[in-house]
Amino acid sequence: MSTDITRLIIVAVGGQGNLLTSRVIGEAALMADVPIRMSEIHGMAQRGGVVESALVFGDAKSSIIADGEADLLVGFEPSETLRALNKCSSKTEVITNTAPTPPFTVAIGRGTYPDLEAAKALIRKKTAKLIAFDAAKLAREAGNIMSVNMVLLGAVMQTRKLPLTTEAVREAIRTRTKASFVETNLKAFQLGYDAAANA
Amino acid sequence: MHKLLVDEPGKKMLLLGNEAIARGAIEAGVAFASTYPGTPSSEISLNFFQIAPQSDLYFEYSTNEKVALEVAAAAANSGLRSMCVMKHVGMNVAADALMTLAYVGVKGSLVILTADDPFMFSSQNEQDNRYYGKLSGLPVLEPSSVEEAKEMVGYAFDLSEELGEPVIFRTTTRINHSTEIVSFGEIRKPETGGKFVKDPLNYVTVPAVSRKLHVRLLENQKRAGQIAEKSPWNFINGEKSASWGIICNGVSFGYVSDAVMDLDIEEKVKILRIGFSHPMPKALVQDFLKGCDRVLVAEEGEPYMEEAVKAAAQEAGMTLPISGKGEEYFSRLSEFNPSLVRQVVATFFGVEIEKPEPLDLSDVPEIPQRPPNLCAGCSHRATFYAVKTAAEGMDTVYPTDIGCYTLGFLPPLSMGDFLICMGSSTGSAGGFAVATKQKVISFIGDSTFFHSGIPGLVNAVFNNHDFTLVILDNGTTAMTGHQPHPGVDMKAMNFEGYGQVSIEAVVKALGVGHVTTIKPYNVKKSIEAVKEAIAFPGVSVVISKEPCVLFAKGLGKKRGKPFTVTSKCKNHRDCINALGCPAFYTEGDAVKIDPDACTGCSVCAQICPEHAISPVKE
Repeated sequence: MSTDITRLIIVAVGGQGNLLTSRVIGEAALMADVPIRMSEIHGMAQRGGVVESALVFGDAKSSIIADGEADLLVGFEPSETLRALNKCSSKTEVITNTAPTPPFTVAIGRGTYPDLEAAKALIRKKTAKLIAFDAAKLAREAGNIMSVNMVLLGAVMQTRKLPLTTEAVREAIRTRTKASFVETNLKAFQLGYDAAANA
Repeated sequence: MHKLLVDEPGKKMLLLGNEAIARGAIEAGVAFASTYPGTPSSEISLNFFQIAPQSDLYFEYSTNEKVALEVAAAAANSGLRSMCVMKHVGMNVAADALMTLAYVGVKGSLVILTADDPFMFSSQNEQDNRYYGKLSGLPVLEPSSVEEAKEMVGYAFDLSEELGEPVIFRTTTRINHSTEIVSFGEIRKPETGGKFVKDPLNYVTVPAVSRKLHVRLLENQKRAGQIAEKSPWNFINGEKSASWGIICNGVSFGYVSDAVMDLDIEEKVKILRIGFSHPMPKALVQDFLKGCDRVLVAEEGEPYMEEAVKAAAQEAGMTLPISGKGEEYFSRLSEFNPSLVRQVVATFFGVEIEKPEPLDLSDVPEIPQRPPNLCAGCSHRATFYAVKTAAEGMDTVYPTDIGCYTLGFLPPLSMGDFLICMGSSTGSAGGFAVATKQKVISFIGDSTFFHSGIPGLVNAVFNNHDFTLVILDNGTTAMTGHQPHPGVDMKAMNFEGYGQVSIEAVVKALGVGHVTTIKPYNVKKSIEAVKEAIAFPGVSVVISKEPCVLFAKGLGKKRGKPFTVTSKCKNHRDCINALGCPAFYTEGDAVKIDPDACTGCSVCAQICPEHAISPVKE
C-alpha cells in the first residue's frame, strides 16, 4: 500500500455534524491543492442512523476505505467508535468523543450500552493510539453544543496525520461555516486541539 | 447566485458527485429536466429545482418516473436538450416509455440518468441497469469518478444529438455520493422555445410505423457500436506488451488502478476501462484480448461485460482464461472495495500479497444496534399506534409502501408485512383481501399515492376488494429530502404557478365507499375513526393528515412545548414499549424525555395509564 496516501474515517450519529466536518476538511484540501476524494453514506442520517464518511488524501483513485485500512478513525460517539474498529489496524490512531448518545434500542431493552472505560481500554490495546475526551463538554464551553464536530476536528489536526496545515483548516472554518457560528466554531476547534495534546 | 451557475471556466470547486452531474448538464446547456426523486440520485434534481428560477432551465418534479420520461421525451422531440433523472428502480416504472421511445428517438437530445445502488444503501434491490441498454438498444455511458461524471454528462448530450436517440447515463451510489475537486468549464446557453414538427409516420407507433422504426433503431445501434469502438471513454492504461489484462468500468476502475499500484505489478498489467458500455466495443475488446495470457473482468453487479467479453473471444476463436464473477473471484452481491479488488487481482494473477493482520475483535462486546427510526414526534408513529389499537385482537395483514413510514415495520410498532415496490400497498392489499380471510389494512404515503398508488385503488373499487387503505399525508416527499408532490400547497412555500391535487377529492371521485380524515395526534378520535373504517365492508380509506415534523422544523415552524415524565409515573412503560419514540431514554429504572428531542406531539401523554406525562412547566 502506498505510504503517501492518508485514509481518515469519521463515524457519527445523524445530526452530529459529521458531513460539515468532512466538507471543511475538503475545502481546506482544495485551498491547499491537496488531492482528496471523499465518500459518505447518509441515506437515513436524519432518521437517527449512523453516518460514515471516508476521506482519502493523496493520489489514490478510490474514494472509500476498506476494513483495516484507516490511518485515523474519529468517532463522534463512543459506541460508534467501537463499532467502527473493523476499519482499524494496529497502526491506526483513534480519536473518540466520550460523551455517549445511547441508541434508542437501549431504552427499549434491546441491547446494553458498552462500559466506557472497558471500551477505551479495548481500543487502546488494539490500536496505535487513543485520544479520548468529552467533546460535548468542550463544545458547551465553546458556547454551542452543536460544535462537537469542530472540537473533534481540532483533535484531528493535533495528530498531524493529515497533509493539511492547521491554518488551512481554520481558514476553511472561517469561510465555509455559517457566519454566525464562526466564532464558536473556531473556539471549539482550539479547545479540541488543546485537549488532544493532553489526552 | 447558485454555486453551480458560477460562470468562471477553470474555477475549482469541491463537489458532490450529484452536484458535478448537475453542473455538467448546465455546462452542456440543458434546457429541460424532469425527475421523480430517489436516493442516490436526489441531489441532482434538488440542484435543478434550485437553479431553475435563476436560469433558463425548466425543471419539474413529475408524479412518477414514467411521466417524467414522457414529458422529457416530448421536450426532446421539440428540439430541447433534455434530461430525466431517476434511481435505478425508477427505470422499471419508466420502462414502458423507454422501450418505444428508443424506436421513436429524439430530435434534440435526451440524457436519462439512472442511479444504481449496489449494496442497497437505500433501495429495495440492487438491479444492474446496464441491461436496460441492452434491452432497449440505447447507448450506455458510465463514469468512474466525480470529475469524469461532469465531463461525461456533456458528452452524453452530444452523443444523443448525434445518434438521435436517448442516452442512458448510469451511475452508482459511490459516484453520486462521493465528493471530489472538480474544474468548471464553460456554460453553453440553453436553447429554449422548442417547436414540434409533425411527422406522424415516424412518431405514432402503430405496428406499420414501428416495424420501420425498429429497423432504424438497429441501424442506430450499429452506429453507436462504431462510435464506442473509437470512443475516448473506452481506453487502455498500462504497458502494451503486458500479458495480464483487466477489464473494468465505473468505480471498479479506481479500485483496480489502486490495486495494480499497491501490488507493484504495473509492468505486467494493462487495463481496459469501459466507459461507453453499450454497445460493447467488440473489436476493441478482441484487440485487447489478443496480447493477453489471461483476463480478469472487474465490475460490480451482474457479469454484463464478462458475458460480452467471453462472446467476443469466442467469435475471434480465442481460448484464453477470462474470469470475473464466481466463487473464486468477484461476487454479484454488494459493492466492491479497494481491499477486495486487490485480493481478487492478486489471486487471479498469482501475485504474493501481504495480508494485513486483521484486528482480533472477538473480545469487543456486542454493541446495541442503531437502526434508523421514525423521528421523535413523527406523525406516522401516532397513526400506526391508532391503527394497531383499533385492530387489536384481529388477524391482520399490513401491506406497506416506500417512504419513511416503511420504518414502521420495526419493533415496537411492527406495522408492515409486505412490500415489493412503489405503490404495491394498494395492489397487494386487494390480493391479500381476496386470497385470505385476514383483515387487510394497508399503508401508503402521500407522494407514493400519487406516484403509483392510485391505479391499485381504482382496481380495488372496481373488483370490490375488502380492505382499508391508510394514506399517511405528511405534506411532502419526506424520505428523499422533502421534495414537493402534487398534493403539496406550493403557495404556502412561496412558489407560484403550481396547481394542487386533493387526495380526499381523488379518493372520493374514485368511488371509495368510506372516506375519513384523521388528525393522528388526537389518539382517541383517530382510533374510533379507524375502527369505523375497518368495519366498513369493501374499500375504505383513512387519510391521516399531519405535516412531517422534520419538514415543519426546516420551514421554521414553532414546535410544541416539550413533555416530561412526572412523579406520577409507575413505570408501566407503555410509552416506550408501544411507541418507540426516540425522545425517550432511561436513567437507571426511570423513564425520561429529552426536552430537546420532544416535539410536543402529546401522543405519549394521551396513552399513559397514570396520566404521568405532562408539558414541561416554564
